Amino acid sequence: MVSVRLVDLCKYFGSVKAVDGLNLEIKDGEFVVLLGPSGCGKTTTLFCIAGIYKPTKGRIYFDEIDVTDWPPKDRNIGMVFQSYALYPHMTVFDNIAFPLKLKKLPKQEIARRVREVAKMLQIDHLLDRYPAQLSGGQQQRVALARALVKQPDVFLLDEPLSNLDAKLRILMRAELKRLQKELKITTVYVTHDQAEAMTLADRIAVMNEGKLQQYGPPDEIYNRPANVFVAGFIGAPPMNLLDCSLVERDGRYVLDFTSFEIELPRELGEVVRSRASSSEVVFGVRPEDLKISKGPATSAIKGVVYVTEPLGREVIVNVRIGDHIIKVIESASTASEIAAGQEVWVVLDFNRVHIFDRKTGKLVV
Amino acid sequence: MYRGRRSVVNPYSYRIKRALMKAVIYGVMTAATIPLIMMYLWLFMQSISDRVLVGFIPTNFSIRGWRFLWQEIKFGEVTIPMIWPIALNSLIIAGGVTVFEVSIALLAGYALSRIEFPLRDKMLLLIIALHAFPGITLLIATFYLLHLMGLINTLFGVIIAKAAFEIPMAAWLIKGFFDAIPWDVEASALVDGCSRLQAWRKVILPLVKPGIAAVSIFAFLAGWNEFIFAYTFLFDPNLFPLSVHVLNLIGEFRYVDYSLLAATALFYCIPPLVFFVLTQKYLMQVQVGGVKGA
Repeated sequence: MVSVRLVDLCKYFGSVKAVDGLNLEIKDGEFVVLLGPSGCGKTTTLFCIAGIYKPTKGRIYFDEIDVTDWPPKDRNIGMVFQSYALYPHMTVFDNIAFPLKLKKLPKQEIARRVREVAKMLQIDHLLDRYPAQLSGGQQQRVALARALVKQPDVFLLDEPLSNLDAKLRILMRAELKRLQKELKITTVYVTHDQAEAMTLADRIAVMNEGKLQQYGPPDEIYNRPANVFVAGFIGAPPMNLLDCSLVERDGRYVLDFTSFEIELPRELGEVVRSRASSSEVVFGVRPEDLKISKGPATSAIKGVVYVTEPLGREVIVNVRIGDHIIKVIESASTASEIAAGQEVWVVLDFNRVHIFDRKTGKLVV
Repeated sequence: MYRGRRSVVNPYSYRIKRALMKAVIYGVMTAATIPLIMMYLWLFMQSISDRVLVGFIPTNFSIRGWRFLWQEIKFGEVTIPMIWPIALNSLIIAGGVTVFEVSIALLAGYALSRIEFPLRDKMLLLIIALHAFPGITLLIATFYLLHLMGLINTLFGVIIAKAAFEIPMAAWLIKGFFDAIPWDVEASALVDGCSRLQAWRKVILPLVKPGIAAVSIFAFLAGWNEFIFAYTFLFDPNLFPLSVHVLNLIGEFRYVDYSLLAATALFYCIPPLVFFVLTQKYLMQVQVGGVKGA
């Protein structure tokens, strides 16, 4: 097992900067998820770690060894591709055995290790089949087996669950996590699915437009998003983000949303004023940190229910306040008494709001 | 979606209409094919007749036309050798062209498909453009080059000249098959421990087998049918392939033995015919293109 360190990693395709100055340290045995929208450079980063792409700039270290110029075959990595990339002309056995055959291991050793890993992934009854004869879930297990059989130092996964149906995806998610904890392999996992990232990762690296936005444990990413992008990207439904400006009026701090206002507690207002680069800020609050009240309440804003989206256990209540639609998650029992068109009050908890600098996008408080 | 329109149409007239349509299609196809079939039919009938045939009914049935299969034929001073060494020459040319063309086209096609290099796109266009020029325009230049290399009047000379003219198109053709293989599969091979060449040999090549088969067939047929190069670059009658041999049957003497000519021509047609029947499955894949797989 090794640690992986990316130092100022850049990968350009012509004028497109797929990865731009990425610094990332992945500890030995850690499960790190690269998370971001499509085209954010996460797969490119993974391919650079694998050695399939040669970085334009920057270095890649496994432990303290610079592997930047090593071909993939010398890096002892296991990789699972989004498409699984099984070899269609080989049986499952031969697919899994392929990396070992290239290492020229003795035949019995190969057979033993293939059977071992196949058993672990419960595909030992499929060894004589061809990939085309397998279901998506089975193909995925074969891809996992092929990546694990050579006992890699680093395990790389490129959206491995995205081609599975929803139920199987959740099942495999748990299994992947168990597998990684059991084998303690340093793992880099690429996904655009935040639920996968939150459930699997020891640490999440959120990327956008080739740049690292935030790197930290899932709860930190969720509770203390470093900027507007991370705040808007993580969470389903995402955080309510509203542009507004901080106004000081008679010693009071007010957030002016044009069509309505919120008065901030004094300490909070002072912090925002001192830290933000200007009075233009973005107000953010997660739907689950808001409450609906049917009557006026302290630090509550009046609005009209626009539409409700029942999810079973919970309901997303969309409230129109001025020109903005704010999403609130309420328990189904509370929401059952709420109907579209009804006047309600959205109650804020100022301990749970986030304020970002609109110019830099960075978290102010 | 089916919306029950058929119930409006009288099923009986519908069936008649379809049958009529079929008849028309088959009629047109047959009419177009008849001249071709008649030519081959005449060839066959002539080959088993003793006299020149006007029409399609063999007169004086005889297998004398086919006697080249088992003996030399003497016409006055001219001796026509047995067919087998000549057929062997054709086979060597066809086989040689196949080996050269396919092995080089496989590497070139892979490079065109997978490796980024300057002017790649221009090169692809150039291949098509060059293919539009008939090889015969370069006959003299080719002759000169082969002469420089000391390959005039050798089968090898004909083989490499023919292969050289066929390689660009074959590379283009096989490139399509390489294009159809997902890049992931190759990347996966690299990660699994292959070098680039190993990945090409162990993973990519098995996946383009249909493409290899198709290109091989075209190469073999091109080599088998080659006439101009063989006629120009070979002087020794012992080296002549069947294509040149057939011409010699007409050109060498005033009296032409039509039965012999027809039988030789037919003999010349047989290998491609057999080849086609055996391999048409692969040829069809050129149209479809690509690989089936996971």
